[in-house]
Amino acid sequence: MDVRLLQRQWVDHISALFFREGFLDAQFTQLQQLQDASTPDFVVEVVTLYFEDADRLLNNLWNTLSQPVVDFKKVDAQVHQLKGSSASIGAQRVKNTCVCFINCCEEGDLEACFGCLHRLKLEFTQWKSKLEALFRIEQQIVAAGGSLPMI
Amino acid sequence: MSTSSSSSAPAFDPMAEVDAGELHVLAVDDCVVERLFLERMLKDSEYKVTTAENGVRALEYLGLLGGAEEGNQKKTDVKIHLIITDYCMPGMTGYELMKKIKEISYLKEIPVVIMSSENIPTRIEKCLEEGAEEFMLKPIQKSDVKRLRCHVKSLNDPSLGRLCLGR
Repeated sequence: MDVRLLQRQWVDHISALFFREGFLDAQFTQLQQLQDASTPDFVVEVVTLYFEDADRLLNNLWNTLSQPVVDFKKVDAQVHQLKGSSASIGAQRVKNTCVCFINCCEEGDLEACFGCLHRLKLEFTQWKSKLEALFRIEQQIVAAGGSLPMI
Repeated sequence: MSTSSSSSAPAFDPMAEVDAGELHVLAVDDCVVERLFLERMLKDSEYKVTTAENGVRALEYLGLLGGAEEGNQKKTDVKIHLIITDYCMPGMTGYELMKKIKEISYLKEIPVVIMSSENIPTRIEKCLEEGAEEFMLKPIQKSDVKRLRCHVKSLNDPSLGRLCLGR
């Protein structure tokens, strides 16, 4: 496939993630800038680790919220963890949902907490598949001998 | 000018001349993603990095097994020029870690920087009063990491005073 076409697709995907849909913010650029010839898979490595860690945190949150007596302080601590790692890689929408989740914890609103958890799961599914599509295009560009456009 | 014969130097010498290339930073954070990110950023700015997942592991690395009373520690050949730690960690917070380090005569001179995602003035004040060189807000940027270097230099040349104003 034409490298230029692939690069245009890549720019389109990235623009969607950053601007049109707001999944990512400028912190993701910091992550991309840390990738170089000596660490060519750094972004994929971090993002993979992030999704694994997030999966674990989401499961823990489900368990904590499902207890007969809910420990909101524990929920709060778990959401804080997710917020922290999300902020560090630039996952803007997830981070903002976490902020909302933390407010619900402070109010002790169990139903709203479950609502936030559901929203988080949905957001994760959405942006994970978008990122995977982006990484696939990146692989094709590199395989075709092209380079990633500067953003 | 006479040269004095030095008594045997402690195995750990935080005042040792800093090699322009290799500042060794101990980075402490309980979040695996943030630890990886921080490690890469530090290496990208040409620091040598050791990471620890919590305060206890950090203290173990610094040779303080089983309590922080002087005389009980195993002195170590580890050389650390700066410690950067997250504030919020389960068990021992970054603040508590710093306090323990400051209690040890041969470790208390190591500059400690504390990071947090929460901008709480009382927390920041408390950390700075207890001796933190700087309090950094997360997410950490490349410019924050580059700035760490000046905390080590100002240690070695006190006459220059504090060079960094922080953010």
